[in-house]
Amino acid sequence: MKSKKITATNSLQKATKRWGFLFMGPVLIAFVIGFVWPFIQGIWLSMCQFRLISDAKFIGFDNYVKTFQDASFRHAFWYTAMFAVVSLVIINVLAFIVAYILTLEIKGSNLYRTVFFMPNLIGGIVLGYIWSMIFDGILGRYQTSILLESKYGFWGLIILMCWQQIGYMMIIYVAGLQNVPGDILEAARIDGATSMQTLFKVTIPNVMSSFTICIFLSLTNGFKLFDQNLALTGGQPFVIQPGGTTIKTTEMLALNIYNTFYSSNTTSQGVAQAKAVIFFILVAGLGLLQLSYTRKREVQQ
Amino acid sequence: MKKKIVSTMLCAAMITTMLAGCGGSDNGGSAPAADNGGATQEAAPAGDSADGGEAAAPAAGGGSVYWLNFKPESDEVLQEVAKDYNAKTGVEVKVVTAASGTYSQTLLSEMDKSAPPTLFIIGNQAGVKDWKDYALDLNGTAIANELNTDAYNLYDETGKLVSIGYCYECYGIIVNPDLIEKAGHTMDEIKNFDGLKAVAEDIHSRAGELGFDAFSSSDMDDSSSWRFTGHMANLEYYYEQEGTPWTDTPATISGKYMDNFKNLYDLCINNSLTDPKELATGGHDAENEFKTGKAAFFVNGSWEYEAVKNEVPNATMIPYYCGVAGEEKAGLNCGTENCWAINSKASAEDQQATMDFMVWCVTDPDASRKLVDTFGVMPYKSAAESTNGFLAAADKYTADGCYVMNWATNFQPNVDSYRATLVSALNQYNADQSDANWEIVRTAFVDGWANEYNATH
Repeated sequence: MKSKKITATNSLQKATKRWGFLFMGPVLIAFVIGFVWPFIQGIWLSMCQFRLISDAKFIGFDNYVKTFQDASFRHAFWYTAMFAVVSLVIINVLAFIVAYILTLEIKGSNLYRTVFFMPNLIGGIVLGYIWSMIFDGILGRYQTSILLESKYGFWGLIILMCWQQIGYMMIIYVAGLQNVPGDILEAARIDGATSMQTLFKVTIPNVMSSFTICIFLSLTNGFKLFDQNLALTGGQPFVIQPGGTTIKTTEMLALNIYNTFYSSNTTSQGVAQAKAVIFFILVAGLGLLQLSYTRKREVQQ
Repeated sequence: MKKKIVSTMLCAAMITTMLAGCGGSDNGGSAPAADNGGATQEAAPAGDSADGGEAAAPAAGGGSVYWLNFKPESDEVLQEVAKDYNAKTGVEVKVVTAASGTYSQTLLSEMDKSAPPTLFIIGNQAGVKDWKDYALDLNGTAIANELNTDAYNLYDETGKLVSIGYCYECYGIIVNPDLIEKAGHTMDEIKNFDGLKAVAEDIHSRAGELGFDAFSSSDMDDSSSWRFTGHMANLEYYYEQEGTPWTDTPATISGKYMDNFKNLYDLCINNSLTDPKELATGGHDAENEFKTGKAAFFVNGSWEYEAVKNEVPNATMIPYYCGVAGEEKAGLNCGTENCWAINSKASAEDQQATMDFMVWCVTDPDASRKLVDTFGVMPYKSAAESTNGFLAAADKYTADGCYVMNWATNFQPNVDSYRATLVSALNQYNADQSDANWEIVRTAFVDGWANEYNATH
């Protein structure tokens, strides 16, 4: 009886091993078509001059050289980096505070959670236009506009992103906070820890894994930001330098790549592609670095 | 107790969030102009997937037509005409309209597909440069023989007829003569910049008493800024040509007539319903201001005729008077970006079917009637007569011996980027009309041209 059961399991395992690919197949194919192949093609195109991708001409690393010479790309990089760091800090601090408050068993906390989460359901481009009206409604009273000062554009985008992202990050923190074992908290209380000590010595180390994921998400979101940027300022205001070249002061990396691709320069498509490859390496590299760093600080129970 | 305070604060935070939402719609109450643009964008790309299957079923003649159209506002009529042609001849005509402002992106991706457009638009010299290798030489073809003027055709440097105008338009300053008379002036006073300035400034100074102002708002958002960075800028380019029209984009421009551009631009923003400081984000519906009789002048083009003819039946159009010597003889800015090109990489049957369709469009009485009513006028021998009042005004200026201001603006290099830069500079100038800020506009206008030229050549 017993031996028979084992064989059944074995043959099941065997069958799984043999036919597994059939079930994996569709996803794998979709992944290859939708991600792996375009990615490889993208790297290839970054070394080509092309208008239509069907007749691309290989030109080596010229596009990369042009990318690094491009002042607007360098500006966009530093601007994006600054934006990512500032938004990461503000979003995570506020999201954690809100999550902490909402796990204190307040009446109606479910309602609050829902309300705070809702902004996340609105698409980026819509949000950008709505917020540009809000900001201009306010700034208009002072005879100015979000399009006239780069610092308004920067903080406007930060406010917009906070409004949209805090609710989402909050949900992750709430889940983390609820998973902190009650007995540890009780032990801390019996040992006479103050609420501040409990928060910093017990609770936060126990939700480190939530921090890992939230910081990862807000860092990569900050770097990849596109629609909100396009809709809110579209890169305005520009600094027009003598000689007529312009720096779009509120243009982030993704928008810079987009603008490069669709300018009617004969080589711009290739340059944009090279920028996109650099952009990918940058975001992936930073993301992995951050993951390995915060992972070390996670506590295993 | 603590919890109560906290929950009160949360409530407050929540209400603030909600109120922010309401406040936004209040503040943006004047946004319909911007919304319009959005709506056309949403509606336009629908044709693509819906018509996807049709191309696979060629009709009896063998070929089929795929027209990639670039004006969302004419999509409806084109679909209708396509259906008529199909009913009459059995030839499949598929019309796809690119979303507003995304024609070049759409063309780029559509041309790469296995069933690319057979009929597409090459509207200016930049387009000729990019797409001439994909365009059939139209010299001496059936459609070229139907034309009544060569003025709106585009050639490449070898003399190949790359694309052929199927309609033309004109722009200038739309005027409501009734309001001018109500203010105690006559149209005859406006024969040059000084006349225009006197009338506009008088109306603006008495706006409160008259109940209307001189100029409608000149917003700098995407739905409106092209009226200035594309159209009004043309007066500078036009005069800078000094009588010999450009045939290719010049590498640099001198900006000799920048002061004339400034004359008209200043008049326009300073004698208007809207404080220049509020123009950056837009949201003032200039067309509506003109239609409802709140403003006497409206900078725009002949395509606006349909929109205003019911409310302002006497509306007419005057040239960009800007203080250039001899401008009493100026006419309207006439030209087109509506030029058909046939895809040279399409099959011979498809090319023939496309050609037949084009000829039918400009010769068939019903079809050309429909198209002329949408486009304004078609420069073909057997096409229907135009009913557009502004184009009639353009004709009258020409008949009176005035010079037509050609669309030199079509030569703007790397046009989207060039205009975006100009908008940014004009925003700064509108907020503070100092000489330093005008220098920035001049830099964007003149040096920006050279810069964009270098980037694209």
